[in-house]
Amino acid sequence: MKAWKEKFMQGVFFIAACTSVLAVALICVFLFANGIPAMKEIGFMEFLTGERWKPTNEIFGILPMIMGSIYVTAGAIILGVPIGILTSVFMAKYCPKKIYPVLKGATELLAGIPSVVYGFFGLVVLVPLIRDICQKFHWGGNGSSILTASILLGMMILPTIIGVTESAIRSVPAHYYEGALALGATHERSIFSVVLPAAKSGVVAGIVLGIGRAIGETMAVIMVAGNQARMPAGIVRGVRTLTANIVLEMGYAAGLHREALIATAVVLFVFILLINLSVSLLNRRAQHE
Amino acid sequence: MGKISVKNLDLYYGDFKALKNINMEIEANKITAFIGPSGCGKSTLLKSINRMNDLVEGCRIDGQILLDQEDIYGRMDVNLLRKRVGMVFQKPNPFPMSIYDNIAFGPRTHGIHSKAKLDDIVEKSLRQAAIWEETKDRLKKSALGMSGGQQQRLCIARALAVQPEVLLMDEPTSALDPISTSKIEDLAMELKKDYTIVMVTHNMQQAVRVSDNTAFFLLGEMIEYNNTEKLFSIPSDKRTEDYITGRFG
Repeated sequence: MKAWKEKFMQGVFFIAACTSVLAVALICVFLFANGIPAMKEIGFMEFLTGERWKPTNEIFGILPMIMGSIYVTAGAIILGVPIGILTSVFMAKYCPKKIYPVLKGATELLAGIPSVVYGFFGLVVLVPLIRDICQKFHWGGNGSSILTASILLGMMILPTIIGVTESAIRSVPAHYYEGALALGATHERSIFSVVLPAAKSGVVAGIVLGIGRAIGETMAVIMVAGNQARMPAGIVRGVRTLTANIVLEMGYAAGLHREALIATAVVLFVFILLINLSVSLLNRRAQHE
Repeated sequence: MGKISVKNLDLYYGDFKALKNINMEIEANKITAFIGPSGCGKSTLLKSINRMNDLVEGCRIDGQILLDQEDIYGRMDVNLLRKRVGMVFQKPNPFPMSIYDNIAFGPRTHGIHSKAKLDDIVEKSLRQAAIWEETKDRLKKSALGMSGGQQQRLCIARALAVQPEVLLMDEPTSALDPISTSKIEDLAMELKKDYTIVMVTHNMQQAVRVSDNTAFFLLGEMIEYNNTEKLFSIPSDKRTEDYITGRFG
């Protein structure tokens, strides 16, 4: 009786565990089954390196969107990483006990805000601000731009970077810090030249996770990036990302156009896959150290 | 006058009085051993000499510790103090970087950046710590790949690289095997020519073997402080005698 029950529950757990694997597998199959033929029809190189996206003329080049995603993500990393790392250093090593819960709560809350709310904030605050600044200096553009999207994404990836980096810093053994102090190093030098380098793999993992979040973000980016399907023309000009390309046109696309969008998703999927792969490689290396 | 003078020192962790009215003179170019059972305050006293106790929350000090007649809890810069009073920890704690960078960390901290000078300091420090022969071909390799005993000698070399005057050793051999232990002991006896060494130890044989003077602590008090030979052969206090003959602790 007991053995039977245990067998049964084991089966239940197994099925539960399979669900997520199955979901990923199904998504993979769907994406590749629909995307690869489309890429073949368009031509792999034409699709990946084509600089023009004109679905009505059956021209499907997604290089502008690939570049768009890369630029926007790079911008987010440039803005978000230094702030995120310094914040986590402050939280782990400088923060007075009284402020800590407030700061911790605030960064966690940042992670919980829906992306459409970020997008709305970007639309009503950042876009006009950038537009005004650009007009003042005659840089052109209408405020929806790579810069705007980068700033917004930089904010959105903060909680990811802060969370991972802070726990990495906290897990550095205290005797590294004490050893540095005992040599006459200041608090700052001990932290920045011993503790932070010792937490390196965790910090890098945080950054890579941030990249994953930024590259996959859709809603907020659509609302502030301008979405012009052309090669990026400058950081205050509009741009369209891979995610935006899919969402904007999926509603009415048919035939090869629809399949080209799925093929866009394949490219995005491969990007995310590479990022996740590098995170797990980093984690494995961190465990070895 | 000693190199280090401790005067009427009381130390509190919150409400707990960990050290009670300590008075002692630590002689230059000698090895002074602190012995006593766990929790007697010997490590606490050691850590107050380079102010590592500042890191402990709720730690408070009354009285004075003088280094060359200068109050270390007065106007002396704490980082400068720690440069003059180096420390070797119980558990070897090399930084997760190369052997070279471990040794060069201290000198770099204190403003030496010339490659030639650093090379010179690294070699000299490693030689002084009797570990040059084992490390000279792998200076760029991670220090974490070395054995525990090598790591501890590396930590001694790292402490020597900032040219301290005093070297504090907090049970430096308790995590090591007997062969590494004897290497560290030989090293300590070699180093006392140039440095003043204060060593906390759990191992009374070690105190007998290496130290010139020994202080015995019990429950936060310094019971007896004397020439090592005298302290171990004719202890003047009953409690010291009980401890060194192994009746408790």
